[in-house]
This record gives sequence, structure tokens and C-alpha cells, in this order.
Amino acid sequence: MTSLDPADLQAVWLTLKLASVTTCLLLLIATPIAWWLSHSRKWYKGLVSAAVALPLVLPPTVLGFYLLLLMGPNGPVGELTSYLNLGRLPFSFAGLVIGSVLFSLPFAVQPIQNAFEAMGQRPLEVAATLRASAWDRFISVALPLARPGFLTATILAFAHTVGEFGVVLMLGGNIPGETRVLSVAIYGHVEAMEYGAAHVLSGGMVLFSFLVLLGLYLAGGQLSKVTK
Amino acid sequence: MSETALNEIQARFALQRENFALEASFNAPAVGVTALFGPSGSGKTTLLRCIAGLERAQGALHVKGETWQDKNTFVPVHKRPLGYVFQEASLFPHLSVRANLEYGLKRIVPSERKVPLEQVVEWLGLSRLIERKEPALLSGGERQRVAIGRALLTSPRILLMDEPLSALDSNSKREILPYLERLHRELSIPVLYVSHAMDEVARLADHLVLLEKGRVIASGALHETLARLDLPTAHFDDAGAVIEAAVARHDEPYHLTRLDFSGGSLWVGKEDSPLGTTVRARILARDVSIATQMPQATSISNILSGMITEIRDEGPDKVMLRIKIGESQILLSRITRRSHDQLGLFVGREVFAQVKSVALMA
Repeated sequence: MTSLDPADLQAVWLTLKLASVTTCLLLLIATPIAWWLSHSRKWYKGLVSAAVALPLVLPPTVLGFYLLLLMGPNGPVGELTSYLNLGRLPFSFAGLVIGSVLFSLPFAVQPIQNAFEAMGQRPLEVAATLRASAWDRFISVALPLARPGFLTATILAFAHTVGEFGVVLMLGGNIPGETRVLSVAIYGHVEAMEYGAAHVLSGGMVLFSFLVLLGLYLAGGQLSKVTK
Repeated sequence: MSETALNEIQARFALQRENFALEASFNAPAVGVTALFGPSGSGKTTLLRCIAGLERAQGALHVKGETWQDKNTFVPVHKRPLGYVFQEASLFPHLSVRANLEYGLKRIVPSERKVPLEQVVEWLGLSRLIERKEPALLSGGERQRVAIGRALLTSPRILLMDEPLSALDSNSKREILPYLERLHRELSIPVLYVSHAMDEVARLADHLVLLEKGRVIASGALHETLARLDLPTAHFDDAGAVIEAAVARHDEPYHLTRLDFSGGSLWVGKEDSPLGTTVRARILARDVSIATQMPQATSISNILSGMITEIRDEGPDKVMLRIKIGESQILLSRITRRSHDQLGLFVGREVFAQVKSVALMA
């Protein structure tokens, strides 16, 4: 086993950055979606649920392909970004973030939605009779009670983004420091028969993933002991 | 707003559900305890939820002259000055007992805080519970006491209670009832109390709103309504009359207490209350037998004379009698049809009611 070369180190760093940014954005986006899905009785709720869950069954390459078309110079999103002088999205870190957010959306929405549904209406009704406004009820009751759901969503979104490959390859390619994430780097090493380097990255990834999960589960155990 | 509306609760609701329709309207005094009473499925909880604003029904609601709902108004739940005690205590599991108690208190402006925390802690016996971190470790009765305290601390103008005892075992019920009676006596907050248990209602309520299949079939003072033979309450196995009486004398050697009411007196097992205290006694119809002459040698010590004012058939073998004692007090008596025929009973006949058992409520 050799130590990491600077290019691989850069890929590790980029992967962590992508996963962190994606997870933060996902928690912000998934929470209102999950809240709406767990409370709405609209007829089109099923449509929204299905659309959110779509990345679970779609091959990543399909998702990546359509995103590439949308964000490319001739796609509607691409035209908008160039009109706004925001530069191009494909083959950029920002493009990867957008792809990752969509790709991992169901992994963040569903645990949070389950947690909101599991708590039921009762705690919110109690809070309402104790003079808490809708926003106050959400902050002081719904969020703390849904904590296990948020924890699961964080773990899943983060891990899923770290392990993402197809969308990245379709959307971002292999630009060092910009879009070459860990999985792409490993793929490159294997293609080039550099099994030693692939081992270092892959083994490191196994260890890291295990430690993250272990830490979060231990923390989760502590949390659930307190809240139950 | 008229003068009556200021001390009244006026409710009128219509709600259509898949297999249930609520069409209830009642007026109740905004003092004391009003029981919403009826069998399960009669819509009493739904009615209470409509009053709280937790359920959105057509209709109108005025509480002590304030409009909470009418054609153009729907005050959201959190802006209604009410306290709500749910069937299950529903304490917030992520908050300590103290934080649960203070949840509502913190959310009202300080000038509105009329019920101090120390007083609620004292009233409900919470001093040993308040420092507990995990509400889940409290017993059922303890949790419900905390929930009642939490609701009271919002200094509500009305307290809504949805079968607060029904989720508790009989020990916890016995533990809570004295606290409820105390609130009844010492607090000036009107209470709407949903229940399907006649003994709770007879014990706590002053006013009765009777529900059946989503409709209000009667509303009136408790002792008057319970004494009406045209209502389903008169056909319950535990149908009976409620008498407010004053502690008049203690008989130490025999360990008895005499209660006086307009129209007579009753001897009951020794009651520790001081002379003059008002207590509530419940006399079940099945515990009252009838004699047409003053019984001479009998072990029954409570014999009241009165006049039959109404007779109703109760199935093939029983009849229910309504007996007026003195000026205004009513007793119910359930006897067999055979006794009724053998004694030659009729409306207007003077009789002696032999009371086999008296249950003291407070």
C-alpha cells in the first residue's frame, strides 16, 4: 500500500465537499417536500411522490443524460444560465451538485416523511391548543420529534452521494479538482491497471463509510434513548 | 352582544363525514362543568374538536361573548384562549416535565398569565414530578395530571377535556378524580367535559348536554336532566338521581353522617367534611324500593316520602318511577312491573322511597 498521490487526495477532498454540500442542500429541500407529502390530501400527491422516488429506479445514466440535455448549451436550463451569465453547468462542480441533489432526493425525503407521518397529528394539535402558531409548532415540536428521520436522511444522502458514479460520469466527466470524484478516480485507476492505487482509495472508502455509519448509529442510539 | 351571551357558550355546528354527520347545537352556562355525554360514536369528541377549532365545521361558536367562529370568522386554534386535555396525556416526549408545563405558559403574554406555575404545581400535586426529565417514565395518572396542568397554565377562558380519564386504569382514575373535583371547586374556569361514563358525569358535571348520533337531544342542569324519564339516560343500568346536600350532623358512636337537603335527609357512612359542607350524593334507581305505608321494622335507615310524578315502562318486566321529594328534589326508582301492579301505583300517589345505598361524590 502506498500513500495517496496528490491527485487522489484531491478526488477524496472533492468527494467529501460534494457530499457535504449536497447533503446540506438536500435537507433544506427535502424537509418542505416531506412535510407537504405527509400532510397533503391533494389528488396530485401521488404524482409528486412518484416523481420524487423516480431516481430510486432510474439508471443513473438516464438521469445524467437528461440533466445533460437540460443543462447543456441548447437546453432550457443551459440557456437560462448563459443568459444570466452564470456559466455552464455540465462539467462543473455546480452541475454535479444539482445532479447529486436530484439523484439522492428520495433518500432524504422518505425518512423525513416517514418521521413526520409517524408522529401523527396529535403533538401538533396539542401544541396548537397551547398557543403555538403553525411555524412555532413546526420548529418546537415537529422538527425535534422527527430527529431520527433527519439523522437517517443525512446518513443516506451523504453516503449515496459519496458512492455516486453514473450521474457524475454522464454530467461531469473526469476533470481533476472540478468533477473527478472518488468513484471516478477508482474507475480510472482500474482502467489503467493501477490496482494498488485503486486499493488504497477503495479500502479507505470502506473504512470511512463504516466509521461514519458507526458513529451516526451510536449517536442515534443515544438520541433515541433520550427521546423515548 | 346580549347580556346572556357574556356568560354562555353558544355552539352550532354541522359537519358531514363519510359515515357520520354532526348536527349539534347547544347553549351552556359558562360556569361550572358542562358534560358532553353520549355513547361512543355520538359525536361528542368531534363536537369538542369543533369547539377547539381542531375540526373545521360549518356553524357558529360564541364563548362568553367572543365570536370564535361564524360565517366570516374562524379563529385559528392557537389564538383561542382555551385549554385542551386530550384522552391520552400527549406530553411532548422531547421535553422535560417542567418544559412541558411551561410550553403554553411561555406562549402567552405575561399580562395574561393569571394562573401561576407554583399554584398549578400545588393544586395537581406536581412538586415531585416537575424535575423529572423524561415524561415517558411517569405513570398514566401522573402524565394526565401534568397535561391538565400544562393546559391550565395558559390561563384559559374555557377548559376542554376529552375523556381525560378513559385511558387510565381504575387506580389512576381514583387518583385523578379528587384533583378534578378540586379544580371544579376552586377554579372559576368553565369546563366542557366529554365522557361516556355516567359515574364521572354524575360526580363532576353541573350541566349536561346529551348527544346521540351527532345530535344534541337534551341540554340542561345535571340533576334535572338525569331525572327525565324521556331520555336514554333514564334507561341505563346505572340510571339515578343526583342530590346536592349539606353535611348536617356527625354521629360519632355509629360512625354516620347526616346530609340535609330540601325535602329530607339521608344518613350515610361517616364523612370527614366539616358541618355545612355541600356534598353531592348519587342514588341509583335500582337502589330505591317503594312502600305505600311507612315501613315499621326495617334495616333501611333512609326512607323518604314523596309523590309519584311519572311512570314509564322499562322493558317487559320493569317500570321506572319518578318521585318528587319535597319541593324540587327528584328520585328515580326502578321496580318490577309485578310490584307496581301489586302496590297499585299511579301518578299522584304518595309513597315512601327506601334508599338502599347512597354514593357520595365529593
